[in-house]
Amino acid sequence: MSDQKFKVTIDNITVEVAPGTTILNAARMIGGDVTPPAMCYYSKLEGSGGKCRTCLVEVSKGSEKDPRPMPKLVASCRTTVMDGMEVKNITSPKVLDARKGVVEMLLINHPLDCPVCDQAGECHLQDLSYEHGASGTRYEFDRRTFEKEDIGDYISLHMTRCILCYRCVFTADQLTNKREHGILERGDHAEISTLLGKSLDNEFIGNVIDVCPVGALTDKTFRFKNRVWFTKPVDAHRDCPTCSGKVRLWMRGDEVFRVTARKDQWGEVEEWICNDCRFHKKETKDWVIEGPSKIDRHSVISQGHYVGVKKQPVLIDKVIGKNPKLLLDIHKVSDVNRPEIELSKIEGPAHSDDFKPNK
Amino acid sequence: MKLTNRAAPVNRDPMTFGEKIYIPAIAKGLSITIGHIFKKKATVQYPEEKRPFSPVFRGLHVLNRDEEGRERCTACGLCALACPAEAITMEAAERKPGEEHMYREEKYAAKYEINMLRCIFCGYCEEACPKDAVYLSETVMPTNYTRESFIYKKEDLLIPNPKK
Repeated sequence: MSDQKFKVTIDNITVEVAPGTTILNAARMIGGDVTPPAMCYYSKLEGSGGKCRTCLVEVSKGSEKDPRPMPKLVASCRTTVMDGMEVKNITSPKVLDARKGVVEMLLINHPLDCPVCDQAGECHLQDLSYEHGASGTRYEFDRRTFEKEDIGDYISLHMTRCILCYRCVFTADQLTNKREHGILERGDHAEISTLLGKSLDNEFIGNVIDVCPVGALTDKTFRFKNRVWFTKPVDAHRDCPTCSGKVRLWMRGDEVFRVTARKDQWGEVEEWICNDCRFHKKETKDWVIEGPSKIDRHSVISQGHYVGVKKQPVLIDKVIGKNPKLLLDIHKVSDVNRPEIELSKIEGPAHSDDFKPNK
Repeated sequence: MKLTNRAAPVNRDPMTFGEKIYIPAIAKGLSITIGHIFKKKATVQYPEEKRPFSPVFRGLHVLNRDEEGRERCTACGLCALACPAEAITMEAAERKPGEEHMYREEKYAAKYEINMLRCIFCGYCEEACPKDAVYLSETVMPTNYTRESFIYKKEDLLIPNPKK
């Protein structure tokens, strides 16, 4: 039984997987467009999945022994494969239609405040709705709102953006000794909250920022500092006593704006990092830089970051026989990026008094 | 090889007496000149009279306010992302309690700059803006003697507050 392999066909591509593998993980072995998107399933978190329904697939043949198709679309993150199973993902119009409906449902109460949200540019819900959703909304009623809750100095919670994927709850359960936040209330009123205004301060709790597929949990030390696509992701490490110390720095020039864990091609954290690395080590000298991170070239984050381009030598001084006269030094005129206002060094978001002219 | 059939051979015959006295040719030329006096003029008397702009004219940028006079821009950076000339830069800040009458959203542009020397007036920033904040107006970019004056700050771009 141990070396037995199940043959499963997903979108006419056959792959052999071990028994007990889910359809989603089998599809991830094939990779590419065949893989169903997942908003709540997280391979590193035990028990995750089955909540968002974006990974629905059609099983057109149950198994070799029982070739009847499954009557309804199934959640691929929770359904294990059978021998001879045939699965349709992007080849099934039923699946694509259902997924469009799921995206519409997820967006019903989403505030669509992407211009303000710090997650924009690396948001899974943005990618999902761009690929599978409708461009307009049919919802005419007031969206669900919550009272804003302060959950500590490092993490900001925007409950309106939450899609209730439970990833952060599982993270806190499995990474920390004592979970301090969870889902309160039921149904439409369900919300992520700490019990009676506690703050999240476990030393690994910062990882909830990385697992959050939307902008509900974001880094307060990076809040409004810059847009994700204007910062450059760089892989770096340091000798950390509590975690692996392997992180991704989001830099602009020499300034470290944000520290996150490294993410793999499915947007999942490779190694968990501690709060000390994430929130307190915001200087280049704290880190050993390995090189620019690999970012999918279709991502907005890779805009303007060219790989393998050789810089052309400047020849104008040789052509005209002297150094060209600089007619305008932009740094003398511009108000932006003043050296005396170092945004990355400010704790939390910048405010109007950080930009006072006397500073 | 002929490209068209409109080429006419040049007449190189010696001039006749009528052509030699030039009077008919002068009269013919004058009739064209005088005829133009009665035609519609192609020019306008510029400073006093101005031509209407085309509806798609793209001039100097303005930063818009909403009907309550609050700044619409939230410093989302999409204009700077769309800008092919990389002329737009900005820095964002969080709105404090008590500043709700100044800024529409919880995040706003503390600094917003357009380098008009780099700007090519393509209008992509206006297209990209999700908040209807930046518009290209019907004002021709004013000229100046110094390059420094072409760096337009947020104060230069914002429309005056209608509530004040």
